[in-house]
Amino acid sequence: MGRAWVLGDGVSTDAIMPGRFNLTTDPAALARACLCEARPEFAGAVRAGDVIVAGRNFGCGSSREHAPVSIRATGVIAVVAISFARIFARNAVNIGLPVIRCADAAAAIADGDEIAVDVRSGTVIAGGRRWSGEPPSALAVRIAEAGGLVELVRSSGWAALESTT
Amino acid sequence: MGTLVEEIIGNRVGRRVAAGDTVVAPVDCAFAHDVTAPLAIEAFERMEMPLHDPQRVVLVFDHVMPAATVAAAELHQRIRRFAADHAVRNLFAEGICHIVMVERGYARPGGIVVGADSHSTTYGGLGCFSTGMGSTDVGVILATGRTWFRVPETLRVEVSGELAQPLTAKDVALHVLGRIGGDGADYMAVEWGGETVERMTLDQRLTLANLSADMGAKAGLCEVDATTVRGIGGDDGVPIARPRSPRYVDTVHVDVTGLQPQVAVPPAADNVHGVTDVAGTPIDEVYVGSCTNGRLEDIEVTAAYLSGRTVHPDTRMVVVPASRRIYTEALRRGWIETIIEAGALVMNPGCGPCLGRQHGVVAAGERVMSTSNRNYPGRMGSPDAEIYLASPAVAAATAVAGRIADPRRAH
Ligand code: SF4
Repeated sequence: MGRAWVLGDGVSTDAIMPGRFNLTTDPAALARACLCEARPEFAGAVRAGDVIVAGRNFGCGSSREHAPVSIRATGVIAVVAISFARIFARNAVNIGLPVIRCADAAAAIADGDEIAVDVRSGTVIAGGRRWSGEPPSALAVRIAEAGGLVELVRSSGWAALESTT
Repeated sequence: MGTLVEEIIGNRVGRRVAAGDTVVAPVDCAFAHDVTAPLAIEAFERMEMPLHDPQRVVLVFDHVMPAATVAAAELHQRIRRFAADHAVRNLFAEGICHIVMVERGYARPGGIVVGADSHSTTYGGLGCFSTGMGSTDVGVILATGRTWFRVPETLRVEVSGELAQPLTAKDVALHVLGRIGGDGADYMAVEWGGETVERMTLDQRLTLANLSADMGAKAGLCEVDATTVRGIGGDDGVPIARPRSPRYVDTVHVDVTGLQPQVAVPPAADNVHGVTDVAGTPIDEVYVGSCTNGRLEDIEVTAAYLSGRTVHPDTRMVVVPASRRIYTEALRRGWIETIIEAGALVMNPGCGPCLGRQHGVVAAGERVMSTSNRNYPGRMGSPDAEIYLASPAVAAATAVAGRIADPRRAH
């Protein structure tokens, strides 16, 4: 079980990783700056196994992949939200940070609640309750199983994705 | 049969496609800039494959150019080394990536372009299917020349009415953004059409396609016509896609007759008001530039308003022509001199202060009027600064008044 970090609607990639801090590709340095202005205590207190829970359009704005990379590098195992911005969701899947769309869970979970997720089925469990979010697409599952997009295409070529679709 | 985006992708992959299909498609050109290229290079290196085609790769230094810190200089150095090692010659430090991609002809009607930047939707304004992705996707394209897409559903925006001076495409796009919201076109293509769009210049259409990204869209597209072909210096004889019996998820009708100049009020780009609602708000910094509004027409509007006027002593104004070509042309026409004499600072082509790293970073409690596309807290510096977004006409009037001003009432 991890703890839930609850954020609101429209958390942008500028909030997750402000432009002034992403002049590096080092995951550990990015993790230290993750959410540094929106939630200054986050980077210091987050523990492996924690989950971010957010509202609508999580990760909107800039395409910077530094945002999901920084979240993953903090030890957060998944992001649960009502909805995700397109590029953020794609980036997250590509690098192996699972995202779960589940509006009911996002509305009910409070900051600091104990939380567990089953990424494969899209299930979220917190405070003794259980929600079924949207399961990931077949494509997202293939990418996740391979360990990321680079690993999938390197080992199997595009044929792997063409046969999934 | 299909929407503009279905037709373009279908032509390119050689079979009919429909919204919801997933396709693996060839990419004509992929680009990354100084912030996103380093992660793309790392992803490419993990592929352990040769570069697919150096001609189809473009690298642009624009976000922090020239380097403002040692960290930025090291990123630039890394990109230059990669380019040298892999014989990539399309390396530019002459303006914002999205402007360079059009000026240099990498984005063409009917093509497929992927950029490691969210506003890569811009070239849809000239009838190209172009979209923003992250660095890993671009790294994989560098190695394979291909990527996967889910063919998007299409939201049609039908614009009618006369755009009376000083209204521009920026006002139209902000108005639509306010109506449908920052996720109103999530995962969709926005297809811009109607008599008003048909009368727009290519620059204006590029602004519509650009701001489609801020509606959540995967692409923003306009049909190719004589204006497009003139704007890009002739077509390449590729088949021109048109919507044929298209099925849209929805159609938004906008009549711009009597529309006020539009302003996005912090903290969100979709919190859009008529300028009279916020007129009089004191402003500390005005920024004219960005991939949305740093084009020649925008510099012209700014110079025309500033001619014979001066920037208010309580504010400062930063003007950044979006590319070298725009900068030199504006110089030739005397517009840069007018802008400088009015008291504004003119910076070298690039993203300027848009993303808060250089050329006008703002302090807590300050208010900015910007012609860019994003006003998230922290975007231009302190998270406690407020950013308003509007057209160059509103920005110029605001710079002179020192507070948000309606350009229709020159004082
Ligand atoms: S001008 Fe601003 S929005 Fe456009 S590419 Fe540069 S940083 Fe991004």
